[in-house]
Amino acid sequence: MSDNQEKLTDKDFKDPYEYGFETEIDSDFAPKGLNEEIVKFISNKKNEPKWLLEWRLAAYKKWLTMKEPNWSSVRYPAIDYQDSYYYAAPKKTEKIESLDDVDPKLLETYNKLGIPLKEQEWLAGVAVDAVFDSVSVGTTFKEKLKEDGVIFCSFSEAVVEYPDLIRKYLGTVIPRTDNYFAALNSAVFSDGSFVYIPPGVKCPMELSTYFRINAAGTGQFERTLVIADKDSYVSYLEGCTAPMRDEHQLHAAVVELVALEGAEIKYSTVQNWYPGDENGKGGVYNFVTKRGDCRGNNSKISWTQVETGSAITWKYPSCVLKGDNSSGEFYSIAVSNNYQQVDSGTKMIHLGKNTSSRIISKGISTGNSSNTYRGLVSIHPKSKNSRNFTQCDSLLLTDSCSANTIPYIQSKNINSIVEHEATSSKISDDQLFYCRQRGLNEEEAVSLIVNGFCKDVLQKLPMEFAVEAQRLLSVSLEGSVG
Amino acid sequence: MKNFLKIKDLSISVEDKCIIKNLNLNINKGEVHALMGPNGCGKSTLSNVLAGKEGYNITNGKISFSGENLLKFSPDERANKGIFLAFQYPVEIPGVTNINFIKTALESNRQYNGLDPIKPGDFLKLIKEKSKLLGISDENLKRQLNVGFSGGEKKRNEALQLMMLEPSLAILDETDSGLDVDAFKIVADAVNSTRSKKNSMLIITHYQRLLERIQPDIVHVFINGSIIESGGPELAEEIDKNGYERFNNA
Repeated sequence: MSDNQEKLTDKDFKDPYEYGFETEIDSDFAPKGLNEEIVKFISNKKNEPKWLLEWRLAAYKKWLTMKEPNWSSVRYPAIDYQDSYYYAAPKKTEKIESLDDVDPKLLETYNKLGIPLKEQEWLAGVAVDAVFDSVSVGTTFKEKLKEDGVIFCSFSEAVVEYPDLIRKYLGTVIPRTDNYFAALNSAVFSDGSFVYIPPGVKCPMELSTYFRINAAGTGQFERTLVIADKDSYVSYLEGCTAPMRDEHQLHAAVVELVALEGAEIKYSTVQNWYPGDENGKGGVYNFVTKRGDCRGNNSKISWTQVETGSAITWKYPSCVLKGDNSSGEFYSIAVSNNYQQVDSGTKMIHLGKNTSSRIISKGISTGNSSNTYRGLVSIHPKSKNSRNFTQCDSLLLTDSCSANTIPYIQSKNINSIVEHEATSSKISDDQLFYCRQRGLNEEEAVSLIVNGFCKDVLQKLPMEFAVEAQRLLSVSLEGSVG
Repeated sequence: MKNFLKIKDLSISVEDKCIIKNLNLNINKGEVHALMGPNGCGKSTLSNVLAGKEGYNITNGKISFSGENLLKFSPDERANKGIFLAFQYPVEIPGVTNINFIKTALESNRQYNGLDPIKPGDFLKLIKEKSKLLGISDENLKRQLNVGFSGGEKKRNEALQLMMLEPSLAILDETDSGLDVDAFKIVADAVNSTRSKKNSMLIITHYQRLLERIQPDIVHVFINGSIIESGGPELAEEIDKNGYERFNNA
């Protein structure tokens, strides 16, 4: 971990957005706009059972009555929900059996992104469920996972193969009407990932999904559901990059985690959606609902995220600590540059006895960006002897950026302890000069200092992600000082 | 090389206040020069300007280093060309370990000078050898750079970086301050061990004690931004005995 900085090369500082290319593949579009027919079209495309269609339609009807939230600090022009496509799938002639059947252009895209699926199969020992636009195109290691009874597949496949599990858990962490964007997702979600770890099983490998938006003007509505049954363990990695484009792209994902008694889920994200150019033009709107349910006693859920992309980030991965002695963690690095707007944080809802939560948030803002941490710690009357520790650090690189920390703390019993620490600082000229006097150029110096600032969180990432994350931090902060 | 560092008629001001006036100083390769002066005489200004820190207005004069116009280079270029400043007040960089910082700096130096990256094993061997000389424990190598270190420990870190980076011109800015007697000896002797015909040193201090262990070839008395008198090591002894009074009245 400590030796990763020197892996940065000139290559890392070249392109403003090195993943800004677009693969030419004919997409199978649903007509533009959103109405009941579109919801039916999507459900039909996926051969879904009737109950799921009804579930979607109920979400859609509720969505129509809901209002877009405006309590956060992000500002953007009104979104025309009728001016977007809600379904796009890479064209396929037959069902894909193996990677050999995948469109070579698609595989090339992955290679450009540095995700050689085939290599990863045997090199990294990571099973990858690659989501391209909205349909999963290849799932690796399925057989090996099957031996342990682990289910790791696309969401639509799970709907067909494991309908009971889907029906039992879907929407139980985030109700389909939870909020405006979750309701929208529930109505039109196209695909995503599904994970089930049976009782007592420690998932033998890190599970990983790479998301990528590719069809112009297509909203991306991923749906992920991870269930860790009693005394099981899973580490799930999610990473995203998106190609450059001019118009804004709406992304409203939903991720639900369920940890039963004694189970542990570690969910890590590296998010690098296109952030818009240096004038604030373009970029992804990222409205995500992520929530984990520590449903059983002694369960544990840990969110770790590195967010460098998106024009707008609206995201609060949360933990509901229902089981006694359960614990939730949130480790976050959020970088904002140019005109990016970040309003992100977490919610820790303490319901069970002796529950604990830990929040470490590192915000780095530069350019003209705004970066807000918004977090709720709520300890309910019956949640005796519970604890929370929160630390929010902000680092500012320019005079024109802003950083805010907005904690909401509610403690409703006297046996619990809540701690909150916050700092904000600027990279000092003396620190920069010191590094440069030792031979680091300005960008290397900034990168070193920022990586140091984020160390507590970077350490929480799985090794292969930590390296990628450090690289991302440097790329995102390119040209941010001076 | 003659005139490895050549400062000619240098005048520097900060916010319209003249700090250095018509300074002339030549250091040949392999020479150790000491610059002695009372507090506030402009010593640190000079070391900052040599290292390329912003915020100083060079109103007159030239500085050449190894035959090139030093002033046109950025701080990192100067560092990679061989100028090392041991800071009077080393900064803290949270989250970055001592050892990683040194490795990053060394790699930058090597890359700039067209050398292959050092092998991890070789690096480890080298840094262990040097830190042993300075009495720096493995544990301290893994600590965050200067965070929570005592003044003396910070100075040891500076000396370690100096030994690892092997600069051709080392500028020591009050390296002896903040060191207790034992640490002082260790650091001074370690720095002294880096002396060779290939590199030069500029030692900035107001006490003579450091110069007993790192004996300079030439001592300059630096008062109010100018060199008033130059001589051999005996000049340092005289200052130690009588202070700067004679020069102030000069």
